[in-house]
Amino acid sequence: MSDLRLSSRVSRRRFVTTAAVIGAGSALPSPLRAGQLDPELDAGLGPLSPVPNNVREYDLTIAETMVRLDGRNAKAVTINGTVPGPVLRFREGERAVIRVKNTLSEDTSIHWHGIILPTDMDGVPGLSFAGIRPGETFEYTFAINQAGTYWYHSHSGLQEQLGHYGSLIVEPAQRIGPAYDREHVIVLSDWTFESPYRVLSRIKKQPDAYNFQRRTVFDFFRDVSRDGFSAAVSDRVMWAGMRMNPTDIADVTGATYSFLLNGRAAEEPWTGQFMPGERVLLRIINAGAGSHFDVRIPGVPMTVVQVSGQPVEPVETDEFRIALAETYDVIVQLPDDRAYAVYAEAMDRSGFAAGMLSRSAGVVAALPSRRRRPLLTMADMGMDHGAMEGMDHSAMPGMDHGAHADTVAVTSAGVDHAAMGHAMPPKAAAPATDVHAGHDMSAMPASTLRAPGTLPDETPHGPDTHGVGNAMVPMSTKSRLDEPGVGLGEDGRRVLRCSELRSAEPWADFRAPTREIELHLTGNMERYTWAIDGIPYDQASPIELTYNERIRLTMVNDTMMNHPMHLHGMWMELENGHGNSSPRIHTINVKPAERVSLLVTADAIGRWAFHCHVLYHMEVGMFREVRVSKAASGHEGHHDAA
Amino acid sequence: MMQLDRIARFLAAPVLIAAMMVASSGPLPAQVVDTLRHAGAHDMSWGRETFLISEVLEYAPSGAGRPVNYDLLAWSGGAVNRLWAKADGGIATLGGGMHGEYQLQYGRLVSPWWDAQIGVRVDQTSGSGTSATRFGAVAGLQGLAPGWFEVEPSMFVTTDGNVSLDLTVSYDLYLTQRLVMQPRLESAVSLRDEVEFGIGRGLSSTSFGVRTRIEIRREFAPYIGVVWDRRYGRTAEFARQSGAAAGEARLVAGLRLWR
Repeated sequence: MSDLRLSSRVSRRRFVTTAAVIGAGSALPSPLRAGQLDPELDAGLGPLSPVPNNVREYDLTIAETMVRLDGRNAKAVTINGTVPGPVLRFREGERAVIRVKNTLSEDTSIHWHGIILPTDMDGVPGLSFAGIRPGETFEYTFAINQAGTYWYHSHSGLQEQLGHYGSLIVEPAQRIGPAYDREHVIVLSDWTFESPYRVLSRIKKQPDAYNFQRRTVFDFFRDVSRDGFSAAVSDRVMWAGMRMNPTDIADVTGATYSFLLNGRAAEEPWTGQFMPGERVLLRIINAGAGSHFDVRIPGVPMTVVQVSGQPVEPVETDEFRIALAETYDVIVQLPDDRAYAVYAEAMDRSGFAAGMLSRSAGVVAALPSRRRRPLLTMADMGMDHGAMEGMDHSAMPGMDHGAHADTVAVTSAGVDHAAMGHAMPPKAAAPATDVHAGHDMSAMPASTLRAPGTLPDETPHGPDTHGVGNAMVPMSTKSRLDEPGVGLGEDGRRVLRCSELRSAEPWADFRAPTREIELHLTGNMERYTWAIDGIPYDQASPIELTYNERIRLTMVNDTMMNHPMHLHGMWMELENGHGNSSPRIHTINVKPAERVSLLVTADAIGRWAFHCHVLYHMEVGMFREVRVSKAASGHEGHHDAA
Repeated sequence: MMQLDRIARFLAAPVLIAAMMVASSGPLPAQVVDTLRHAGAHDMSWGRETFLISEVLEYAPSGAGRPVNYDLLAWSGGAVNRLWAKADGGIATLGGGMHGEYQLQYGRLVSPWWDAQIGVRVDQTSGSGTSATRFGAVAGLQGLAPGWFEVEPSMFVTTDGNVSLDLTVSYDLYLTQRLVMQPRLESAVSLRDEVEFGIGRGLSSTSFGVRTRIEIRREFAPYIGVVWDRRYGRTAEFARQSGAAAGEARLVAGLRLWR
């Protein structure tokens, strides 16, 4: 990797930025300064000063502000004037008092993503509170009893797409875990100069309006010469026959998005400073509205130490996928004083965000070239899981299989590889338990539930009962936590898999669940009818939980898109095969045709949101209320489901 | 009087579609607006849209009468229930003839890929001093068949008891990310002669076009193409009797627009 001097144009702009910050801004032709940032986002986190009475206060103003994004003037919804908003910092054990003033002409709100707090402080209009009306100031106040990397964002309309997000960092009461010398916060996001309401309207009318990576006639000819005529034709016939598009990786793409790292595009990158040899903690947050990112620092391995703000056993990797709303903390050690790129490629490869780790702002690293857009596979339709697994392994030389062999899902016997392409469920797989027929959820007797912390079996999908809002169901679904995800793991690089994550400390209380709730993630891209069990939020009844009950939440993705599902108010323990070391998370990215289960202790009374964090999927109804209430006296709630 | 009638026919389709759009996007009562705004802005439902597209809006300099032909479609409503309006026809710029079929339908999504539609249809034709109108009920399907074919079969029962069947099939072939070739076939079958409309019983006509558009924006795509029309059997005979050809091939240039 070689250093490149930035062009004089950019260097000059950087100089101007600095000058503006120190008060010489009147010389600028425009009042807008490129990428104005919260100082701690710009320079990294310094020591956190103590506060009186253990109460830390912030005043936030939500406003429509002209800002400079990706080289253009943009009207954004800002928090204290910047995109992203300020870094809110706390120490574990403090009390947060955050006054949010709404100067917009519409309602707003802030949800504290991943923070465990009382239901009326969670910031979801319609569930937690009424929202913050124009001109009103709402005071959030809650105790912070956790540490880690979190974030906050609007839960009103599509404001999140307009810049209404920021980072929330909680220092542990006592520093534990791997040591580091310096820390930077990295907020990844996506920005569009179109109105997000217009974006949604466009994709509802033409679902592939932003897909400029379709397969063309020329791709067909190329495939014919590479794979032969009949293979190319049968592949096209298979996809077209299902009315599915293998290039449908993201609804909203780089065709309209500018991808941002700390509010800056790659052309004018954010730069985080470091000293050679230092261990640098990067707190990486995906605050996008529609983009998963694949993050790497070319030439430098990353050690993942936290996921969803919670400490995990350190795992070294070269690349990881950060789904919408996820947070990953990684430690990197940069051996010399060259510049290094933090490169975050959009999952569909339609663009990338990038920033620099460098000794000074003018010194940048070369950026890797974008990879070709991936194609969905048979595995994303719930076919040919067995062959997919085999493919992954062979394509990943150098992967340490041994250390995690226990996490590799055992494929049910009977998947007939020769039958690939034919919608015949594997005969010898686990008996189909029709746990979702016609219901939003239903209970299974506790006695039939498998041990906590284990992986779900491959399960053939029953008949499609999800209605006209669902395009198709996979042939069968299984755990895909050991797969890197579409477009990853094919270039010899180590890629983090969810199956590699173990909680840093085993959970002392790791009760078995008493019932299982199975929810199917559904949708029809052609109609843009995303939902849960085929039912959008406005027609759905809440998921009822009894206070302190322990449930297994099983999600089955019947669609061909990734859905990062977020539960408010309560942790989810991801059952990835590590028993009581299951990692604790607030958001799980469910891959196409994946079956994933999580354990939830309903330890928070109230009305909570549970939804897909693709903003546009949530907006059209991929959302549920989860209502936790005390059991009525003399009634055991759902426990007596036998 | 005749002139007024022609103007009215000319305006029938655009007025119908404009009325639909105004009806669907008109101002909501202030109370409703207030409720929506303060509900926290999320209604989190499949929502409601109004869509308007000119699948065909083209000029054929080599066609008989140098016609401007159109096939307009609009819908308004949610993902499941929609009001549909369709207008398909042509206006000659030489000789003053015109013909058009206008439909207003209720449609319901009956499977993930298919809308079932039912409504009313009015056909009009005029030229060389004669004109005719027929009314009736129409029912059909509209959707996406396996293979990504847009398919639209429909049945039209007129007030005087004739039945005709129409089928439109089209396919988008992506040459590049913005250059799209669209073969499109329209065919009509009538169970009876409709002499005033120049339609004979049996398979009356087919129209096969290949249009290639450039999507400058997804919503704005100029195109050029070739269209082959053919009339069959008694329909062809009626055409010959009135001095027209039984078929024609024409070059077309048009605009595919949607919003």
